[in-house]
Amino acid sequence: MTSSATIIDDAIAANRALPGALLPVLHAIQDALGFVPPDAVPRIAHALNLSQAEVHGVITFYHDFRSSPPGRHVLKLCRAEACQSMGSEALASHLTRRLGIAWRETSRDGAVTIEPVYCLGNCALAPAAMVDGKLRGRITADALDGVIAACRRDREGAP
Amino acid sequence: MSVAIYVPCDSAAVSVGAGEVAEVIAQIASQRGLDVRIVRNGSRGMFWLEPMVEVATPSGRIAYGPVAPGDVAGLFDAGLLEGGAHPLRLGPTEDIPYLKRQERLTFARVGITDPVSLADYEAHGGWRGLRAALAMPGTVIVEQLVTSGLRGRGGAAFPAGIKWRTVLATSADQKYVVCNADEGDSGTFSDRMIMEGDPFVLIEGMAIAAIAVGATLGYIYLRSEYPDAERTLYAALAAAREAGVLGRDILGSGKAFDIDVRRGAGAYICGEETAMLDSLEGKRGMVRPKPPLPAIAGLFGKPTVINNVITLASVPIILDRGARFYADFGMGRSRGTLPFQLAGNIKHGGLVETAFGLTLRELLYDFGGGSASGRPIRAVQVGGPLGQYLPASKFDTPLDYEAFAAAGGMVGHGGIVVFDDTVDMGQMARYAMEFCAIESCGKCTPCRIGSVRGVEVIDNVRAGKRRPQNLALLRDLCDTMVNASLCAMGGLTPGPVLSAIEHFPEDFGITQANPTGAKVS
Repeated sequence: MTSSATIIDDAIAANRALPGALLPVLHAIQDALGFVPPDAVPRIAHALNLSQAEVHGVITFYHDFRSSPPGRHVLKLCRAEACQSMGSEALASHLTRRLGIAWRETSRDGAVTIEPVYCLGNCALAPAAMVDGKLRGRITADALDGVIAACRRDREGAP
Repeated sequence: MSVAIYVPCDSAAVSVGAGEVAEVIAQIASQRGLDVRIVRNGSRGMFWLEPMVEVATPSGRIAYGPVAPGDVAGLFDAGLLEGGAHPLRLGPTEDIPYLKRQERLTFARVGITDPVSLADYEAHGGWRGLRAALAMPGTVIVEQLVTSGLRGRGGAAFPAGIKWRTVLATSADQKYVVCNADEGDSGTFSDRMIMEGDPFVLIEGMAIAAIAVGATLGYIYLRSEYPDAERTLYAALAAAREAGVLGRDILGSGKAFDIDVRRGAGAYICGEETAMLDSLEGKRGMVRPKPPLPAIAGLFGKPTVINNVITLASVPIILDRGARFYADFGMGRSRGTLPFQLAGNIKHGGLVETAFGLTLRELLYDFGGGSASGRPIRAVQVGGPLGQYLPASKFDTPLDYEAFAAAGGMVGHGGIVVFDDTVDMGQMARYAMEFCAIESCGKCTPCRIGSVRGVEVIDNVRAGKRRPQNLALLRDLCDTMVNASLCAMGGLTPGPVLSAIEHFPEDFGITQANPTGAKVS
């Protein structure tokens, strides 16, 4: 098991020479760990010759970057116009009610984190969702329940 | 000889089961000892028919759809490999009216080829535009583009040739070509379809731009919501380097150009070109004041061509077939074709590439077949979250940048989101402000604060609190946002809000009997 400190240092080393390296570094860390740990901030700042405030500012500006670990699975539900026209708001309430959590929170058993997303580019097959990076079209409340059940069954986490 | 069976790899097709269908086809073919070759093509853009399976027969490709994994055995029983009869058989793909009525220039290869096969790309006219460009001086390439009339397809419709001319005329030790692939607007997916279905055409377009203006490095700023497109782009870029189309010596010309992909991080504002540049530089995606124009001082302060995916993907055919060929499509000052995207509550959602000039009604009913729910279409939002909401009385407006603007709309990138009569336009107006509040970069006050106040004022209007005064306040706020915002995000957010009030006043408590909305029922 590679420690998160090693992962962070590897992500920095692999990307620091790129022009405008900060986003690639942050993505590499989050791709590996699922989030950007707060203790990565000083290391990144030092390596890229930035202030910690600048790194923190970038992490918090972008919706994608998380500062705490997500659940074993991440379910994103599109809440933009095309999906709204096909009933995504009802699905959104269904989801938060079903799990008893708010957006960007994780179910108590740690199985799934729910995040809103504004367009997945699947607008002709709305409503759309994305489960661990896999796009789903014409999603229904039943299908969401199925996704949640599958997330709960899978104790190992996303591949 | 093996029979080619096409099952799209397009993420929308996969989102409704194309991957499983391809697996079952492979499985059953192997069980039955049938010699088939499965090609994962792009989507033809008829999403209600996905997963759409095509089989290559001596008389052309025959389509079946929508195919579920459970249908596959029956399809083989019915003689799938010979294009046999089956309830899911749609006939020759090219004869499907939705496709037959289109004029596909930018999307000429999408759905036909294997997206990452260089051999397919070459066989279908690939690199011809680039070869033509390599034989021309930059000024001639730029003039070709100007003559073609191609305007920015990302929404702003700025003439692409003029932008290139500025970059060409600006001297610098380094110039860049940046492709804006941050397709964040709801109702749009044409960029994604190109990147997943014909990535080489984008690479070719970027290479032509680079040769024209003297750039040696390109970036594709891709939104993180498109992981499949990212994988396809990396595969295509590797293949293009291998083939010598990218690198130090493009097709033996002695000219250098290479492309890197940069992933966005879920910020809608990074689709705005200057915020995108800041993001590429590793910063918060904050909008920059203009001037300086990015064409003069763009990425890392250097002259930069910034075009969206469809604009760049339309360049190769212009260089290949000539500016006049392209300009012969369209009407008025809107030349060429636009890949319209029919989305939301629509029966036949998908991609419709045609010359400018057809009407919204033709798109919604002749192509789209009306709403998905079967209820009357009440409102249509054209041009993304910053586009106006239009009622049925506007459906006969031709889709042409100027004609549409004159009718109070915005063609933008051609994304069309359809709503049936269950929509609450008060809610949609509120959402427009809410979305702006969530996604504002925060640099300018009208957008950052105005959007938050906009939500509050609309809530008051909808709740019937001092409605005439709050409506006046809302109009005043919108006026400030339109005239004082730094970029289109704050400047155009009032579009959907005010058009909703204008065309659907009853949803804001304004009726003939209650013209100011003062009375609260």
